[in-house]
Amino acid sequence: MAKIYNLLLCAGASCISSGGYSFRDKLVEELKKHNIENMVNIVETGCVGICELGPVVIVYPDGVFYKKLKPEDAKDIVEEHLLKGRVVGRLLYKEKDSEKIVQQASQIPFFQKQLKIVLRNCGIINPESLEEYIGKDGYSALAKVLTEMKPEDVIKEIKDSGLRGRGGAGFPTGLKWELVRNSKGGEKYVICNADEGDPGAFMDRSVLEGDPFSVIEAMTIAGYAVGAKQGYIYVRAEYPLAIKRLRSAIKKAYEENLLGKNIFGQNFDFDLEIRVGAGAFVCGEETALMHSVEGQRGTPSPKPPFPADRGLFGKPTLINNVETYANVCQIILKGSKWFSSIGTEKSKGTKVFALAGAINNTGLVEVPMGTTLKEMVYEIGGGLPNDKKFKAAQIGGPSGGCIPEEYIDTPLDYESVKKLGTIIGSGGLIVMSEDTCMVDLAKYFLEFTQDESCGKCPSCRIGTKKMLEILNRISKGRAKVEELDLLIHLGEQISKTALCGLGQTAPNPVLSTLKYFKDEYLEHINEKKCRAGVCFKKKK
Amino acid sequence: MKLKKEELLEQLKEEIKKHPKGQKDLIEVLHKTQELFGYIPQEAISLISKELGVYRSVIYGVITFYHFFTLQPPSKYNVKVCLGTACYVKGADKILNTLKRELNVELEQTTEDGLFKIQGARCLGACGLAPVMMVDEEVYGKLTEDKVIQIINEYREKASEEVK
Ligand SMILES: Cc1cc2nc3c(=O)[nH]c(=O)nc-3n(C[C@H](O)[C@H](O)[C@H](O)COP(=O)(O)O)c2cc1C
Ligand code: FES
Repeated sequence: MAKIYNLLLCAGASCISSGGYSFRDKLVEELKKHNIENMVNIVETGCVGICELGPVVIVYPDGVFYKKLKPEDAKDIVEEHLLKGRVVGRLLYKEKDSEKIVQQASQIPFFQKQLKIVLRNCGIINPESLEEYIGKDGYSALAKVLTEMKPEDVIKEIKDSGLRGRGGAGFPTGLKWELVRNSKGGEKYVICNADEGDPGAFMDRSVLEGDPFSVIEAMTIAGYAVGAKQGYIYVRAEYPLAIKRLRSAIKKAYEENLLGKNIFGQNFDFDLEIRVGAGAFVCGEETALMHSVEGQRGTPSPKPPFPADRGLFGKPTLINNVETYANVCQIILKGSKWFSSIGTEKSKGTKVFALAGAINNTGLVEVPMGTTLKEMVYEIGGGLPNDKKFKAAQIGGPSGGCIPEEYIDTPLDYESVKKLGTIIGSGGLIVMSEDTCMVDLAKYFLEFTQDESCGKCPSCRIGTKKMLEILNRISKGRAKVEELDLLIHLGEQISKTALCGLGQTAPNPVLSTLKYFKDEYLEHINEKKCRAGVCFKKKK
Repeated sequence: MKLKKEELLEQLKEEIKKHPKGQKDLIEVLHKTQELFGYIPQEAISLISKELGVYRSVIYGVITFYHFFTLQPPSKYNVKVCLGTACYVKGADKILNTLKRELNVELEQTTEDGLFKIQGARCLGACGLAPVMMVDEEVYGKLTEDKVIQIINEYREKASEEVK
């Protein structure tokens, strides 16, 4: 065997928990047995995205994709593929309908429709290796910024790209940077929001686990652009692996003087610290998050003042989401024109979605903005299992709403989705079949927000509780028809009066299911019937 | 060997010294405390209060605000059932009910033998494997009711072997 092989082993959370490491250990053992451990390089990468098929390995240079690996498969891969150059047929991916066998990762439909900017390095490089990151143009953006560009040029580039915040609200990123830059006050801060509270979304986690340097580099660029010397990454405690990889990445960046004093020998200092959250959804909200970084209870404050004027420790603060930052270096390197050529008129670039629920290919997918829901579900997602019928998709998590079948051709971008009464949010996309009851779904989300309400403002604290009581009665068949109007009325009032985004968006799942599935609500009330067979069975 | 409480408090004191006085690093210190003790004991609150110069009531307020911190001593194994959206759609409630029945406890309660405590989690970030639960750091996916019971039994055996 003359060839040197690179085995990219997915070390994302899903693959590890489906036995990725037992496979790896066996693989190492087999390589040793055949005395070829020097010819084969095992790279533990971040999430490849196709979690359903895990644990997965891609063998380079051939690009062969193996799925659902068990420890005993290591022997075949070593003896057949690596030693004899024969691809192991039984471990390849099979297309669902045609049974066609696909060898190359790039030819699997799940990957074909995708365009990777944010996730470009996830599943390709070893996230703990600065060398590999640099090998993929890492830190060229920071070098360019520090040696060739003025802060104003950086901001202009980001503005021209049309990049908008990926944390939920879709606020233009360049404009935010400019506001912070122009804000008066000596000390300023840069924060990365990695709280990722939407249950069912895990793209930020994958970026941090799979490509932590890209976020660190982007935050350093942001620091230069807005005039900040100190940054914080706020990560939720539920993500221990992401925290570990970030810690290791930050340490390495300091060692190579990519953080700290006089970065790249220039007159620019930037320090970065991790702050670990402690399990409170509302801490994803920016003002609450900043209180939490200050060591306080994470309750939100009214805006204005906006963080750009008075944020962390009362100083001007830039806060962006992980995925937003993950776009920055590419925009600097490839230019705003390139970036703004992707996506739709008002929503530029790509968006990462976490596909889950009643769908064949669950996992992370990155697609250009404006990809339709139908393409997501049927082409990338491979349709629903057991040929169940598509009923609706919930998008935007507890702050979002659902898109029913009749709108399945909707392009997924900020504006189109908003028209339907939901939001892109963080990009959680849960597919539901006939087996999901929409009343129960609305209840599930409202229970969530009710539980996570910080209790500071009455409309959120009491209003959502009242809504939940009505929903509970509906699902037990004890409500009156008039109460549906009350539900809408309450929802609209809460949206208008709540202190922070949590309360303002909490009624969305209820309002949107009521809009598209009112007949289901009426069935529960009038006929005591739940067509999905979820509600009246439950006894508690 | 398990360290005694006094020794742990001594360790905590050293740890707190690394942080500036005031509330700024309180959450970091609480994380450290919970890492050391498995929960946040009253003695630690007093110590933190003295060392950082923050009122006990303020510390208590912060502890109770965040789900992650607990004032209860831990069980031997900590079971976190994911109640996130993806898991919900795939039947997380069945998993939770099975656990409740098998262990005869409610959420946030510790079993009589002190072995298990069940908690609900928001999303463990392994949605592709839904429904999911974690026992300590170990993630179990694609759960069925039978599988849950099997896993619990494995931990029971493990615990009884350790006693021997
Ligand atoms: C209740 C609530 C939860 C939020 N959770 C998150 C979160 O988990 N991650 C995030 O990046 N933004 C979250 N946000 C949005 C942030 O407040 C803020 O808009 C965002 O971090 C700004 O970054 P961006 O402009 O890059 O999107 C949340 C907002 C609300 C109201
Ligand atoms: S919803 Fe359970 S792991 Fe994400």
